Amino acid sequence: MTLIIASIFIVAIISFFLPRKAHNYKGVILSVLPLTLFLYFFLAAGEVKNQGIYDEGVEWIPSMGLNVTWVLDGLSSLFALLITGIGTLVFLYANAYMKGYHGTDKFYFYLLMFMGAMLGLVLSGNLLIVFLFWELTSFTSYFLICFFHEKQESRSASLQALLITAFGGLALFAGIILLYIITGSFNFIEIIENSGDISRHPLYVPTLILILIGVFTKSAQFPFHFWLPGAMQAPTPVSAYLHSATMVKAGVYLLARLNPVLGNTPEWQIIVPLFGGMTMFVGAYLSISQRDLKAILAYTTISGLGTLVLLLGIDTMLSVKAALLFLIVHAFYKAALFMIAGYIDKKTGTRDIKNLGGLYKQMPVLFIFSSLALLSMAGLPPMLGFIGKELIYEAKVQTPGIANLIIVLGVASNIFMVWVSAMFAYDVFLGNKGINQPKDKKNSFLYLLGPVCLSLLSLLSGLFPSFVSEMIIEPALSSVITYGIDVKLKLWHGFNLVFMLSAFTVLTGLLLFTLRKWLVMLLEIINRKWFYMNFSEIFNIVIDRFIKFSNNKTKYIQHGYHRFYLMTIFIITAISVWVQIYITKGWQTDLQFSVFPVYIAILIFLLISSTIFTTISKSRLAAIIAMGVVGYGIALIYLYYSAIDLAITQLVVETLTVVIFVLVLQRLPAFATMSSVRDRIRDALIALSFGSFMTLLALKAIDVNFNHPISDYFVENSYIKAYGENIVNVILVDFRALDTLGEITVLTIAALGAFALIKLNKTKI
Amino acid sequence: MKSYILLIASRNLRWFFIIVSIIVFFRGHNAPGGGFIGGLIAACAVIFDSLATDVKIIKKYIPVTPEFLIGSGLTLALLSILPGIISQKEFFKGIWLKFVLPVAGEIKIGTPLLFDLGVYFTVLGVVILLLFTLMEEWKWKF
Repeated sequence: MTLIIASIFIVAIISFFLPRKAHNYKGVILSVLPLTLFLYFFLAAGEVKNQGIYDEGVEWIPSMGLNVTWVLDGLSSLFALLITGIGTLVFLYANAYMKGYHGTDKFYFYLLMFMGAMLGLVLSGNLLIVFLFWELTSFTSYFLICFFHEKQESRSASLQALLITAFGGLALFAGIILLYIITGSFNFIEIIENSGDISRHPLYVPTLILILIGVFTKSAQFPFHFWLPGAMQAPTPVSAYLHSATMVKAGVYLLARLNPVLGNTPEWQIIVPLFGGMTMFVGAYLSISQRDLKAILAYTTISGLGTLVLLLGIDTMLSVKAALLFLIVHAFYKAALFMIAGYIDKKTGTRDIKNLGGLYKQMPVLFIFSSLALLSMAGLPPMLGFIGKELIYEAKVQTPGIANLIIVLGVASNIFMVWVSAMFAYDVFLGNKGINQPKDKKNSFLYLLGPVCLSLLSLLSGLFPSFVSEMIIEPALSSVITYGIDVKLKLWHGFNLVFMLSAFTVLTGLLLFTLRKWLVMLLEIINRKWFYMNFSEIFNIVIDRFIKFSNNKTKYIQHGYHRFYLMTIFIITAISVWVQIYITKGWQTDLQFSVFPVYIAILIFLLISSTIFTTISKSRLAAIIAMGVVGYGIALIYLYYSAIDLAITQLVVETLTVVIFVLVLQRLPAFATMSSVRDRIRDALIALSFGSFMTLLALKAIDVNFNHPISDYFVENSYIKAYGENIVNVILVDFRALDTLGEITVLTIAALGAFALIKLNKTKI
Repeated sequence: MKSYILLIASRNLRWFFIIVSIIVFFRGHNAPGGGFIGGLIAACAVIFDSLATDVKIIKKYIPVTPEFLIGSGLTLALLSILPGIISQKEFFKGIWLKFVLPVAGEIKIGTPLLFDLGVYFTVLGVVILLLFTLMEEWKWKF
């Protein structure tokens, strides 16, 4: 299975090299990959149901417990099918949607990378690897959100999302390490086996809190929910894939996965439903007052995620079953609705619900399938959404303890959901004709394929739920609850309390919808008085203030004057070394002068006089050239002592340095203000002290003897193991290659930094 | 004040620099040379030419941008690690192929060579990027 994940990343890289002509169909071509993976997972579902597939994978750092193992059990299989199935539809959709934008190569690359990371997250059996993929999803999400990077809102939204999810990721990492300390393993199958005593361990509560912070940030729970509406800046295929069906559900996945380990305790059963319930209500409530279609969908997604977290927090068998079912339900209708919203945006040019209307005449096909998706969102039969809602209510009714509060919150949220669904359907499709009308409807097939498939799936699963229940929910449930259960889903449960609640919800929702004009005004007044906190703005303000504060404090040290930086470094180093030498009386060295030939003496005389000339010269150009002479002279000394590589490098670098200095020179003003005599004396003292202690160090370094000089090892093995006679080069590219890799990365960063600084600094210089 | 010496010298020595840099690069493993030095010498080829004439002219006849050079250099360096990981499962292990050419004798090529090539391109790209940026922004005219 390592191959499966690796293949996604390989295809991601290869996708750049697609021939020019095929660019228009790139999405379709690339969708073959998720399609094949979907078929694989689909066919493997049978074996998963029996016992699950466990792959040993690859050992990475066994001594640290870091191994790449793969687990395909019910829970992973559920997610894997969602990721690959919706992935296929998203790629097809993206093919049509992204036409005409430039930079689509990078788009598909990041989309594929995301898919690989998400799949790796749910299939991985080692918590550290899960964390790796978790961070990779945040990373790729960042690039996908700021696809339209010319817009300021896109950039700040993606940065916001990255900061929040990365902060949560850090907490998650700490939590995973705590879990390792408690249980001694990163492999969660082993952890689950030893899970009995975890809840009584003293480190349990911190572990739980840290992991929950990670989950809550990724799955947009209150109060970390505000990055999700911002993420709507992304192109719609991204919203449909990441921010409704897959990435935001990663937190839910982890919650479900770690439920056998961390769940079933009072802390879990209080904290998790609390946040989940708040999120559920807040999301639904805020979705009413939105005008942008995607914002409506974003807030309802937040509400849906809240529901999932709430159900997993309640921690009964029924609630977990409801959560798993709702996961699928939500993925189906949300992805479909996002794609529909994107299609409407493309064709009519707007996503503002007040400017749309009466589309059912011109887009009848879209209307039918949108209605199906909206019916699922509202929880009406015969869609899968109805079964989902019923199950959720049943779970809520049977919650031990706080059932009443949860039911009230749940019913209220669902009333808002019904209202929103009706609003979406009515204001967009029915009603009076809006300002914006669809322009042309060519090439709509790929756009509509996704919504059609997903809505039909919702419908068929609602009518014939046995496939879903037996093949998908049941194995998934057993991964979470760790004992086998029969899952039966039915469309009709009879006239019981749950049905009453559903009926009440729907009727109230529709009633509120018809009264919406007055209610919206009322809500706006309430919002302005009580809920005027815009979390997103607050977040941005806090970050801004923090940066300004640290700027203020660092200004004292980082004043921007290069020569003062150098002076500070030199003075402090010189003082500390000189103090050390004074204490240890280390200025005694065994100086053995060897005889050196005349030409070296002439060279040294030349160097010394050039150095003196540099310091006293009044012409800048002459000073630079004199420095160049010193550099070349040093190279010649290297040559004399047979350090040939060093000599060549010194020669070339000196040449380029002189070139750069000359370039700088021509930009400096013509008349130089020479520094005063006092300054010169100060500079001379600093330079002399620094230079002399460096000389002393160099002299002393000859005397220091280690027992096993590592150079012996290199001399012996350089030819045998590395096939090279040039030891210096062999060390650089073979023995210490990792170091060299770091060095060229630093070179790159330096060059890019210089590039950015010079290009941006147009006013100064 | 145009420096004809620099102009003619750089124009004629351009290819010499490049050939020397390639030779220096290939002999790096057994004699003084290697990726860093080779990259620097190749950079000299471009830099001197652009010092003598305009940066814009030089930019036109270089086939790739310096950013591309840097990127491909880093990629090559990373790629050279992969055979080691895949075949031996050890990080940064060097893999060597030996074959015998009729005239030259036994030749060994390995992933360190690829790594060195990556270093070569990176250093070349970095120096060219730095100097081109300086020359462009500061409107270097000879």
